[in-house]
Amino acid sequence: MGEVADVDDTWDRRVAGGLALLRRRLTGQYEVDEFGFDRELTDALLFPALRPLYHKWFRVEVSGVDNLTAAGGALVVANHSGTVPIDGLMLALAVHDEHPAHPHLRLLGADLVFRMPILSELARKAGGTLACNPDAERLLRNGELVGVFPEGFKGVGKRYPQRYQLQRFGRGGFVSAALHTGAPIIPTAIVGAEEIYPMIADLKPLARLLGTPYFPVTPTFPWFGPLGMVPLPSKWLIEFGEPIDTAQWVDQADDPAVVFNLADQVRETIQLALRRLLERRPDPFA
Amino acid sequence: MTTVVVTGVGRYLGAHVAARLSADPGVARVIGVESAPGAAELSAALAEIGAPPDSVELVHTELRTGTVAALIADVRADIVVHLALVTSAEGHQGGRAAMKEQNAIGTMQLLAACQQAPTIRKVVVRSSTAAYGASFRDPAVFTEDTEPREVPRGGFARDILDIEGYVRGFRRRRPDVAATVLRFVPFVGRRADTRLTRYFALPVVPTVLGRDPRLQFIHLDDALEILHRSVTEDHPGTYNVAGPGVLLLSQAIRRAGRLGVPVLEPGLAGAAAIAKSLGFGGLSLDQVDLFVHGRVVDTARLAKEYGFTPRSTADAFDDFVRAHELGAVLGRHRVAAAERAILDAIRRVRGG
Repeated sequence: MGEVADVDDTWDRRVAGGLALLRRRLTGQYEVDEFGFDRELTDALLFPALRPLYHKWFRVEVSGVDNLTAAGGALVVANHSGTVPIDGLMLALAVHDEHPAHPHLRLLGADLVFRMPILSELARKAGGTLACNPDAERLLRNGELVGVFPEGFKGVGKRYPQRYQLQRFGRGGFVSAALHTGAPIIPTAIVGAEEIYPMIADLKPLARLLGTPYFPVTPTFPWFGPLGMVPLPSKWLIEFGEPIDTAQWVDQADDPAVVFNLADQVRETIQLALRRLLERRPDPFA
Repeated sequence: MTTVVVTGVGRYLGAHVAARLSADPGVARVIGVESAPGAAELSAALAEIGAPPDSVELVHTELRTGTVAALIADVRADIVVHLALVTSAEGHQGGRAAMKEQNAIGTMQLLAACQQAPTIRKVVVRSSTAAYGASFRDPAVFTEDTEPREVPRGGFARDILDIEGYVRGFRRRRPDVAATVLRFVPFVGRRADTRLTRYFALPVVPTVLGRDPRLQFIHLDDALEILHRSVTEDHPGTYNVAGPGVLLLSQAIRRAGRLGVPVLEPGLAGAAAIAKSLGFGGLSLDQVDLFVHGRVVDTARLAKEYGFTPRSTADAFDDFVRAHELGAVLGRHRVAAAERAILDAIRRVRGG
């Protein structure tokens, strides 16, 4: 009898909790931060929707969580890949679920994201903001974990034969953001995202027409229509590397030589970690 | 003893600033300048604080004609508070041309008059966060030092840039005068009757499809407090004036118990036109941009310098909703009652 009552209690609590959530959402009684981050929506809707993809489809394995300093702000710098930037979502979920303090990773996105309706608002509500130095530095000063993919479209839009080869790191804006705020840089390697939509060709004229950086052709897209948009179930490994302390360089935040050197160091660290992880995972779909 | 000239006393903000200054023991004389005839707002503001009706001397003159220079010299003014700002061409006599005349030329003439007056030691100028524009390339939060990426669309925003340009020139030529520029976000409050508050009073509120801008408001009472302190204390510089925190447009609409109706972006102009024809007031181009991209400003400088933090954007907005008794479609109490009813029903079914 007692067991039945317990089950009923859990069910009651869930219904009451769900109704309270619905009431708060309907009457606007929730908090959104100055960047537009809606913590409640992210925790109650977005993350639960992503978890099956994370656990069942990509079977993400995470290592080096201890390297994430949850307090005081840090910059998580990762490689970018996969044609569609699902790696950002998986990285944010990994940070939130695997770290004991459940911090939210605040991702920096390209301006293309914020130009598009719907996508721009989803990105902001999930904690993202425009990849620019004022925003990055403000988040770091607020003590947030900030996630950035310095390769940008060069990384996410590269062809399959170039997989796991880090692309150029732009102007190193992320390094100067870390230097200006004294936040440590955490080099992070993501293995698995390269195989979700292997891009075998890039239809440049069509991309130009649509105003996108590339138009992918994969073994399944656009041949199978919407079905071709299902990502391949590759096996993912995410490794957070040892933090690189930037406090010693704070005075030289505007020195291009220092910035480029540090960017190169971060890039090398991630490239080495990628090779190491790939040896651990010989079969992409194991 | 101090003599203060306040412009724009025909409107709520100017009238209340002037009335409150007239009651301040540190201020000897308050002269209110207004172009429109009548003194209803000013009389009401004075009556509200129980001041005699003649404690603010009212002068009817057009700023753009330059007659104000003689006035400032005559009364030997110490402080000028410039609040005569037209925010919308609509309903303004003479339309956009007259609005630009009053905003840009009026400010130019007033500052020229101040520049020539040796008695002046302080000017306080009302500006707007429209100065930053609104686009997807902008940082999420504007500090006072952020330069706009491009010249904002819309007449009002361009007027604001002109006005701030004139103040910069004035600061260069009269470094001995303390110039305070206050960049306000839209006002809300018990008495605020602005285009924005009329917008939230629409039966169904048009929004831009796929966009949910971040908005900020300042409570009118807090705006008055900051303007008063700008006169009675010394705070030279440029300040963002906003209630801390952010409301998303969708959130504000829900808090007001309204229903949002998403329309395509060109459609917002269309919806605005319909609303205008119904007498609800329209939206200008800068406001369309605001409703697409949103705008949030940093208020750390204000809080530090003034030692005063306005009530939050959410509290200011809630006060506005309460005061206007917007006939809520989805009121907070109704939703809470529905929630209780459902939980009770479940309990009854299970109990039986």
